[in-house]
Parts: sequence; C-alpha cells; structure tokens
Amino acid sequence: MTALQLDKINKIFGQVHVLKDIDLEVSEGEFIVFVGPSGCGKSTLLRVIAGLEDATSGSVRIGARDVTATPPAKRGIAMVFQSYALYPHLDVEGNMALGLKQAGEAKAVIAERIAMAAQMLSLADYLKRRPAELSGGQRQRVAIGRAIVRKPELFLFDEPLSNLDAALRMATRVEIARLHRDLGASMIYVTHDQTEAMTLADRIVVLRDGRVEQVGAPMKLYNDPDNQFVAGFLGAPSMNFLPAAPLGAKGATLGIRPEHLAVAPDGPLKGTVTHVERLGGDTNLLVTTDSGQTVTVRLFGQHDHRVGEALSLGYDPARAYAFDAEGRRLRG
Amino acid sequence: MAKARHNPLNSVAAHAALLTWTVIALFPVVVILLNSFKTRKAIFKEPLALPDAESFSMIGYQTVMKQGDFFLYFQNSFIVTVASLFFILLFGAMAAFALSEYRFKGNMLMGLYLALGIMIPIRIGTVAILELMVQSGLVNTLTALILVYTAQGLPLAVFILSEFMRQVSDDLKNAGRIDGMSEYAIFFKLVLPLVRPAMATVAVFNMIPIWNDLWFPLILAPGEATKTLTLGSQVFIGQFVTDWNAVLSALSLAILPVLVLYVIFSRQLIRGITSGAVK
Repeated sequence: MTALQLDKINKIFGQVHVLKDIDLEVSEGEFIVFVGPSGCGKSTLLRVIAGLEDATSGSVRIGARDVTATPPAKRGIAMVFQSYALYPHLDVEGNMALGLKQAGEAKAVIAERIAMAAQMLSLADYLKRRPAELSGGQRQRVAIGRAIVRKPELFLFDEPLSNLDAALRMATRVEIARLHRDLGASMIYVTHDQTEAMTLADRIVVLRDGRVEQVGAPMKLYNDPDNQFVAGFLGAPSMNFLPAAPLGAKGATLGIRPEHLAVAPDGPLKGTVTHVERLGGDTNLLVTTDSGQTVTVRLFGQHDHRVGEALSLGYDPARAYAFDAEGRRLRG
Repeated sequence: MAKARHNPLNSVAAHAALLTWTVIALFPVVVILLNSFKTRKAIFKEPLALPDAESFSMIGYQTVMKQGDFFLYFQNSFIVTVASLFFILLFGAMAAFALSEYRFKGNMLMGLYLALGIMIPIRIGTVAILELMVQSGLVNTLTALILVYTAQGLPLAVFILSEFMRQVSDDLKNAGRIDGMSEYAIFFKLVLPLVRPAMATVAVFNMIPIWNDLWFPLILAPGEATKTLTLGSQVFIGQFVTDWNAVLSALSLAILPVLVLYVIFSRQLIRGITSGAVK
C-alpha cells in the first residue's frame, strides 16, 4: 500500500520558486531519505508533507486520505526536529504524553504507550526529568519517543542528528535503523549528510534547486547515477570529474570514483601527489595532473606515497561514467 | 580576559562604581523616608539627620490617615496599575505573536503602525481623549485611566515582545502544532513562558510611569472616589502652605507597593526557564 503520495507539489515564497513539480510515491514501511545541498528545498518539502507549510499547488495523500487541507495534528504523522523542540516546562513523560492527551486518548493507553517507548529507547530512568536536565543524546531520544507514542502512519525526521557529536550520531543512526526494523513504519528522513542517506535509506531522493534529480536505492544511485550532480553528491570522497576529450572518452566530462583510480606505471593520467591522507584502513591521495586538474585517489590499506612524488594513474573505462555538457549521463 | 577578571583592582573599581551609583540612586528615597518620621521643625533644621528621641514624630502619617480616604486612593492606584499592566502584557504579547509568527499582507506596515506610538506622546491627545471619555460617560471612572494607560503602554510592549518572540524556536511551535495544540495553547503554554523575561521588562518599564502619573488622574478621574495615590497626595501641597510631614509620609507609603511589584517582576527577569528547550 502507498504510505505517501505527492502529486505535482509546488511551493512559491513570493518570487522564489522553492519546490518545482515534485512527484513521489512512498510504499508502506519504506525508509525514504531526502538529501541535497542546503537550500535545495528538502526541509520545505518535509514541512509541506507535515502540513506546517501549505503547498502552493499539488496534493498530498497520506495512507488512503487526501490531507492537502488537513491540519498537521490530524495527518497521522509525527515529526522529530533538529533542535529536539522539547517542551521546556514538561518532564519527559509529559513531553511524550502531550500529543496523546490532545487527541483525547485514555489514561491507560497513554501510560502503556509511554512505557513501551521508554523501554524501547531506554528512557525509563528519566521519565520525571525536565529537558534541561538531559544530555543532547537523551533529548533526541525523548524527541523520538514523543514521535513513537503517537503510532503515526508516517514518521518525519528533520536532520535529527545534526546537533549531536560524531560518536553519538553513529549510535543514534543505528538506533533509528533498528527502530525502523522494529516498528516497520514508513519514515521520511531529511539530511544533508550523505553517509546518513546511504546507510539508512531504502530509497534516496536527491533534490537540487527544488527538483528531484533522481530517486532510487542507495547502491543504484551510487552505481548508476542519472547525472553529474547525483554522481558527485553521493560518495566520499566524491567522484572525480575530468574533461573527456584528452582521455579519448565520449561526452564532455568523464567521472571516475576515487576508488576506481589506481597507481599504474603506464596509466594515462600523469601527475604529482600534493597531499596524502592516511586513515589506517584507507589512504587518500590528492594528485594534481599535468593538465592542472586535482583528482582524489582512494587506495585501500596503507601505502607509502609522499607529497611531491610523481606517478601515473590508470582506470578501468568500464567503471567510468560519461556525462554530456549539461551534466546528463550518457549510457551504453 | 579571564586574567583581567581576577584582578582585585578591577574588582574594587567595579564595586566602587556600582556602590557610588547605588548611593546616588537611593539618596532621595532615604531622605524622604528619614524625614517622614521627623517633626516639621527638624525637617527644615537638619534634613539629613536621623530622627532621634526629640525630633521623632509620626504626625505626618497621622495626618495622612486622617485626611481623605488614603486607603481608597491606594486601592485605586493599585487597581489601575495592575489592570493596565495586565492588558498591556496580554494584548501586547498577542499582537507581537501575530506579527512575529504569521505571514500576512501588511505585516510590516502593521508593525510600524503599532510601533509609531513610541514616538508620539499620548498626552498630545489629552483634549480628544477627554472629549471621548465625556461622550462615553467614562469620566471619573478607573476604566478611563486603565484604557488610556493600556493604549500608552502597548506600542513599546508590541515592539519589545515581537523582537523576543522572533527568537522563540520555530521547531518548538511546530512540535506543538503536530501534537495538536491550538494556536492559543501554543501562545499561552509554549511561547509566553519563554518570553517571560521580556514580559517582566515591559511590565517594569510601564509600571512606574503609571503608578506615578498625575496628569491623567487629574484630568480624567479627579473625583473623590477615583483619586489615585499621586493625585490624593496633592492635597497636602498647597499654593501657600505645604504640609511637608504629610507629603513625605504619603510618598514613603507610595513607594511600598511599587517595590513589591518590582520584586515580583525582577524575579521573573532573572529566572531562566528556557535552558534546555532547544539546543
């Protein structure tokens, strides 16, 4: 069944056209990630789905209902915000209970749902604390708990991990993935972090300037991008783009992932190492080619290259991507 | 910076400056309080001396209690001040919320229009206000004073509060909307507690001028039943003879309620309930 259907969504703020003809269908239980550079409209799209912004035109369906004109509370959604947005005057229990109380749920039901969420998120010891007395990670768990207790048809996450430090971000990411498995609920997750997008999503929606660039499973987008933007946005370090003509390839631009470049004595790209990053598991080389481009080379394992070293790089043409002058992918 | 803060000389200098300012600010109040407990002769002979066995006298307070209905004046002032503050804060905050939260046509213009009153003193309109009050039969009622003071206080209140409300996290308000809170609930339960320090500031700024005002009570409500404290105290100031004992005693008594209100509001100023709501 369809959990969410967007049909020709447009959003215009004054003179600015923020969302342009967005169509999207999300199946039940799917984890969808909206990803894109800042200002691409991903948060606005999420707010349109939540009902916090009205779409200028187009319709939103959640489950079987058309909710285009329905207020947020009646859409069957729950949202987790980047800044947690916990109610400062209520304790953890009160924060989680508020939405249910507003919806007129029975006390016993509320207590049972809170107990379930608290157990799931290991918040049982903190139920009587105020948000001010919790750490950042705990606050985000409360915010997630507040969403869970409502048993929504659709979960919305607005960059929920941006305020956490690196270690906590990893742990919370795993926790969200586990929640998705346990609850089997449909989730929409906005982020600008492509690692989060790649690791969490069933399908990724890449947005740029208010348009959907490509929709697909993470590996599909990674291995088979439709255009230069998607190819460059996903993957870290990002794809190298070189003028195609000097290399004898077709199209205007040739894209090669850093891990598909290799040091080869008779390779077609000659250059000088300008920087070496040793990460233990990987070694990244920044190489300036003789024609002036800088490319990144990702070598697995530890290698003994030095800055200033001259070397040649080779690649497998079958694993390179060709793009035309507008950035469209040339296939086959 | 951290080093400079621990420099004892700086600390002494800062305290000296603060103490000097405190002494200057408190001096007139102390003089009034001291002299309100002295005989008339002692007031004029040695205004700065402490009241001793010879010069001590409660004559001023006795006059105040006998003359006129002092407690009624007190009550009038209190009602007018508290009611005006209540309406200023309520309507000011509501208008500020609308201006800062909702996008609508003419939002900017409306904000400017509401702020215009800061620059135009309301007393310019006294004659028109008096005519209005006469026609609506509100002369010699406390309602007239409350209406005028509310109008007088609103511009600054809207201006200050809308600035503060813009800083309240959008996510928090949106979380409330998703949880099904009405716009009124969001305003009263989420936003107002977070702008409490700003509300207290507005309250303090408006309280003193209202409490001390002589102009509007004299013009709009000079009747015996509606006299405010400031107006009531004027009976002791005559064209030829002024009963200084009574004036000073009345002033000393008038300080107390303002002090109490100020203490209430300043506690709100200091209290930081916002921490931890949003990072």
